[in-house]
Order: sequence, then C-alpha cells, then structure tokens
Amino acid sequence: MYETHYHRAGSVDEATKLMADAEGGKYVAGGQTLIPTMKQRLAAPDSLIDLRHIADLKGVTVNGKDVRIGAGTPHAEVAGSTQLQAVCPGICYLAGHIGDPHVRHMGTIGGSIANNDPAADYPSAMLALDATIHTSKREISAGDFFIGMFETALEEDEIVTAVSFTAPDKCAYSKFPNPASRYAMAGVFVAKSGDGVRVGVTGAGMDGVFRWEEAEAALASDFSAAALDGLSVNAGDMLEDMHGSSEYRANLVKVMAKRAVAAIS
Amino acid sequence: MSKVEMTVNGRTVSAEVEDRTLLVNFLRENLNLTGTHVGCDTSQCGACVVHVDGKAVKSCTMLAAQASGSEITTIEGLAAGGELHPVQAAFREHHGLQCGFCTPGMIMAATDMINRYGGKLDEKTVRAELDGNICRCTGYHNIVKAILAAAEEMSGSAKVAAE
Repeated sequence: MYETHYHRAGSVDEATKLMADAEGGKYVAGGQTLIPTMKQRLAAPDSLIDLRHIADLKGVTVNGKDVRIGAGTPHAEVAGSTQLQAVCPGICYLAGHIGDPHVRHMGTIGGSIANNDPAADYPSAMLALDATIHTSKREISAGDFFIGMFETALEEDEIVTAVSFTAPDKCAYSKFPNPASRYAMAGVFVAKSGDGVRVGVTGAGMDGVFRWEEAEAALASDFSAAALDGLSVNAGDMLEDMHGSSEYRANLVKVMAKRAVAAIS
Repeated sequence: MSKVEMTVNGRTVSAEVEDRTLLVNFLRENLNLTGTHVGCDTSQCGACVVHVDGKAVKSCTMLAAQASGSEITTIEGLAAGGELHPVQAAFREHHGLQCGFCTPGMIMAATDMINRYGGKLDEKTVRAELDGNICRCTGYHNIVKAILAAAEEMSGSAKVAAE
C-alpha cells in the first residue's frame, strides 16, 4: 500500500471539511473494498477520511412500512434486524449473504452503494425497492443514483448518509455467487407492491446494476415464475469474463429471477 | 505517522505507526503477537481474524489507525491463564487442525460464531459461517465437529447431560 494520511471524522460536516482540506482524499466506511484495493495499489488516495465513527450514520429505523437505514450500518446489523425482517425480509437475506461473516461486521450499506461495484448486492435492492439515497447535499432516487460500473451521481465530496424506502408487500433476493469469490455472478431482487413489480439485477450487466423492465411488466400481470419463461435479457448487454460468457450470465439472470419470484409467490 | 492506542488482550498499548499500517502488522510486528497469521493477504482466507470490539474482523483488511480506541482480542488473549479456552480445547480434542496455519483465525471465527448463535448452532450453519475461513488441510470435517462440540460445552448443555 502506498503511503496515506488517516483522518477520523466525528460528524458529516467534519468529514466534508476534512475532504475539502485534503488533496486526493477518499472516504472510507467499512473499508472492505477500499483497503484491499489500496493494498493492490489499484487505489492510492493521499488521505483517508474515516466515516465509521459518525454516530448519526448508524442504525435501522422502521416506522410501519417506512424504512430508513443509516449509511454506516454494517451488513451484519441489517441482516440481523428483527424489525426489518418483519417488513422487508428480502433485504435482510441479501445483507446476510454479502461476503462472509467478518466482512459483514465491517462493510456498510453506504460504502456498498457509493462504490457501485457491478457485482455488489445492495444496488439491486435499491433499484427494486425504489429507494431514496440521502446524501450530505440532497436526496437522489436510486434510479438516478447508479450511473454505470463503479459510477454514481455522487460528487467527490458528497457523502451517502442513509437510504430510505417503503417496504413492499413481498420481496426476495436470489443470487448465484461465484464459487470462489462469493461475488454475485447474477443477483436478482424482486419487489412486489400495490404499484406493481420491480426487478433489480446485479452482477451481470455490462453497465452495472439495471432494472429488467420486461420482466416487471410480465410479473405485473402474472406474478409467477412461469411468466418469465418466454423472456430473456439481451446477452450483448451482459458481462463476459473468465467466470462465464455473456450468454451464461443472461441465462443466470432469468434463473435467479424465477427463483426469487418462486420464493414469494 | 499517527499515534494509535488500543486495548489488546486487556492491556492498553500505544505506538506511533505509519498511517498505512495494517492492524495485523501492528499486532505482529509492534506487539510481537504473532499468533495472528497473514495467509492470503487479499481478505479471503481468514487466518488473520481477530475480535474488534467483540466482533470477528479480518485484521489484514483494517488499518491500525481505524482500530485505534478499540478493544482487540487475539488468539493469545483467549485462554485464561494456563487453561485452554473451550474452543481451543475442542480443536485439540477433535483434531480440528493439521498444519495449524489457519487455526488462529478458525478459532477466533468459531468463538465469534458461538457468541452470536449460542447453543443453537447446527452443522449447516457452522459450515455457512466458515465462508470466510479457508483450511487447505483438514477438509473442514473435524473443524466443524470441534466447533459444534465447543458450542455445546459453552452453552452448558454438556454439563446438564452429565449430571
């Protein structure tokens, strides 16, 4: 790892100020992606501004169907929240299947969505739940937040502070993890509510997370795994690497979507 | 350079370290606590697992500066005096190791797992919870056996059965 300067922020305002004073600074939350990336010298921020000790960023609040998750909440806490489990079990399941137990103690939802790794789990849920991303500057709908692979609408000094959404009537997440890395080869989050059905897909798309709108329309009129039988995502838009061809991933998306639907229909 | 201060195995320690110092290197090189191992160094193998404020964490994926102010427990801090911790004793009893390189991380992960699940661990859960710890010798069978035995011992059901 190249040399860096560590700063611990006690509040969001202090973090923003530290970023303004730093040259080439990066925010670090759980650090479960950033620290390994720095160790590989693929990232070399001159300053690290640690958000992990900001109390305002932590915790899960559930009010009826209104859910708010602080950006600094670790995956293990989302996975284990009984309040959240009661209204939106799909997101608990998702959080409980990120990385491994040790990673889940450190990694946070804010870090996951701000990094927008094409194989990260949370972005699919944010799209499917039509979540609002709260930042130090504004509120952004998930649809406008995720722009492309590792790209979001965030400005350099902007901090994700929380996500909020209305719990759907039913939801489920199904992922096919890479057998070695456990990252999603394809992960599909399906949410059904009075407004219709939304399907978020991660791990597979060439431009990162996306909504499979054709599946949403089919499921809105017939919420069953069989409703997806005649559909397919365009293989040309899927990732292709040593772990699988784009055709393989296109098929996985469909299989994972059917499994998620089957789990709640 | 930054000053870091933390409690390690009940002892308050402090040092001036480079900001990029990983927690595992701080433990091994500054404190000479070499029981915590560096296996893959890419956050996958779990040989470096320690407890930070009571939770299992990969110490190769955290800076010492991030851990400043925390309470750390390493494999050296588990046993009470000369008596092995029940998880350590179970690993010995059930031959849960061969070369022993992954063992410190396995035992710290196992202790964390038992703390979270209490006596409610079953084989399937143990295997899923070991997702972040790699062993290249044992094939995991005896590790799983050792953890289940320790969980039973620690939840007190073994004592009840004996009475």
